[in-house]
Amino acid sequence: MSNEELKAKITEIIPTAVFDETGEWLTVSIEAVDWLSLAQQICTNTELDFDFLFSVTAVDWKTHISMVYHLRSLKHEQIVVVKAKCDRTMPEIESVYKIWKTAELNEREAYDLMGVVFLNHPDLRRLFLTDDWEGWPLRKDYVDEVNMIKL
Amino acid sequence: MQYEEVATTQDGNLVINVGPQHPATHGVMHLVITLNGETILKVEPHLGYIHRSIEKMCESLSYRQFIYSTSRMDYLSSHINNHACVLAVEKGLQIEVPERAKVIRILMDELTRVASHVLWWGAMGMDVGALTPFFHAFRERELINDIMEETCGARLTMNYMVPGGVMADLHPNFVRKVKEFVAFFRTKMDEYDTLVTDNVIFQGRTKGVGVISAADAISYGCTGPVLRACGVKCDIRKLSPYDGYENLKFEEPLETAGDSYARYLVRMCELRESLSIIDQLIDNIPEGEFQAKTKAVLKLPKGEFYSRVETARGEFGVYIISEGGLTPYRIHFRSPGFNNLAALDHMARGQKIGDLVAIMGTLDLVIPDIDR
Repeated sequence: MSNEELKAKITEIIPTAVFDETGEWLTVSIEAVDWLSLAQQICTNTELDFDFLFSVTAVDWKTHISMVYHLRSLKHEQIVVVKAKCDRTMPEIESVYKIWKTAELNEREAYDLMGVVFLNHPDLRRLFLTDDWEGWPLRKDYVDEVNMIKL
Repeated sequence: MQYEEVATTQDGNLVINVGPQHPATHGVMHLVITLNGETILKVEPHLGYIHRSIEKMCESLSYRQFIYSTSRMDYLSSHINNHACVLAVEKGLQIEVPERAKVIRILMDELTRVASHVLWWGAMGMDVGALTPFFHAFRERELINDIMEETCGARLTMNYMVPGGVMADLHPNFVRKVKEFVAFFRTKMDEYDTLVTDNVIFQGRTKGVGVISAADAISYGCTGPVLRACGVKCDIRKLSPYDGYENLKFEEPLETAGDSYARYLVRMCELRESLSIIDQLIDNIPEGEFQAKTKAVLKLPKGEFYSRVETARGEFGVYIISEGGLTPYRIHFRSPGFNNLAALDHMARGQKIGDLVAIMGTLDLVIPDIDR
């Protein structure tokens, strides 16, 4: 499927989606509230069939936090990047662990390090850090006096 | 007694801890296992004992420096991890890498893969109760370490790849020693098969154990030998070739059983394929520069760069977000071990406690790669 066809398909699901083709792969930017409906259809629609979620990460842009999902269709050998924009003071997004099981652990990592709350996640706890850790280390305003690496 | 409250669930099932210091976890990983008799009901990994937040550290390291923090993640695939990082930087700066450097990189990658798989083979034998393979494996791996030491100056965290090529030219002994090693190792591979692959006890311990279907493996984000053991093609060297893999002839071994023995067989075949790749290249190393001329200070343009490579454990991804500065704005490492570990609970449910190590062994977990 060409990028144009893919864009048309995704626009059908989420009319407000914004596309960016400057990178290696087609990037789709959406609002956090639209993510679950897009995820459900992008995975189950046989023409799209993005069955492999190979990277989940969060980026702190200081004004907002964006969740970045890299998806691959093994059948169509196609890759798409979905960016969901979350509010920074109260970042919330639906969990997609029912669609891609790998999301369960990856979302826990994003919660642990970036403080994104995944709604309806079965077991949202700190993953790497201790339960009583304060703050979200990967956020840009997190200050760690112990970390000596400064450029 | 409080002890009993902790040790059993309300249904009377037993809860036990494996690790964080346990020989079968090959590092500091902590598993909390719920058991009914000898049957596993649930495996819950507790991570973070060696979490160093490498992603955060990379945000204050330059584009030349951050590469080497990845040697400390999957320390058995350090060359291949570094390779992914330099590919991402080269993508951003559009550096043309000399042919000689590309071939050296692939040779190093494949030697690393052999060393990693050999160590896994030894550790796997030890996990299921055969101690001898461990000593065989370390004997052979030592030879690769010697080759690495001569050219790269290090035995574990080689830090040999630089944006634009490799750090130093090959040592004059390199070609001879690699050829000697490949010829020697081929004879050892047959020995390995007699010792472990064909062993009835080993087959009994691994066949039909830790079965995962292709659909589940995909859903759990498994890659590398774990996914190939379910019959799914996923080798990044084939799907999106880098640095000249497209010109090489090698097979992508597939199995369909999806059990521990299938994962074992896939890795054994990969060893032979890696040797064949080394054979194809060792006499054909092009003359010329081993490093392209690059600026002393690298600045990636604003944008996002993602590179993928096939490590010994699966797909390793480097995701760089640049704002045009001297350091990355954000870096994410997609580690193969982390996602393969996610499937452990699914594989182990319903199995006996004794099978757990046979399942974990074939996942080939390297803990710093998971914790990062």
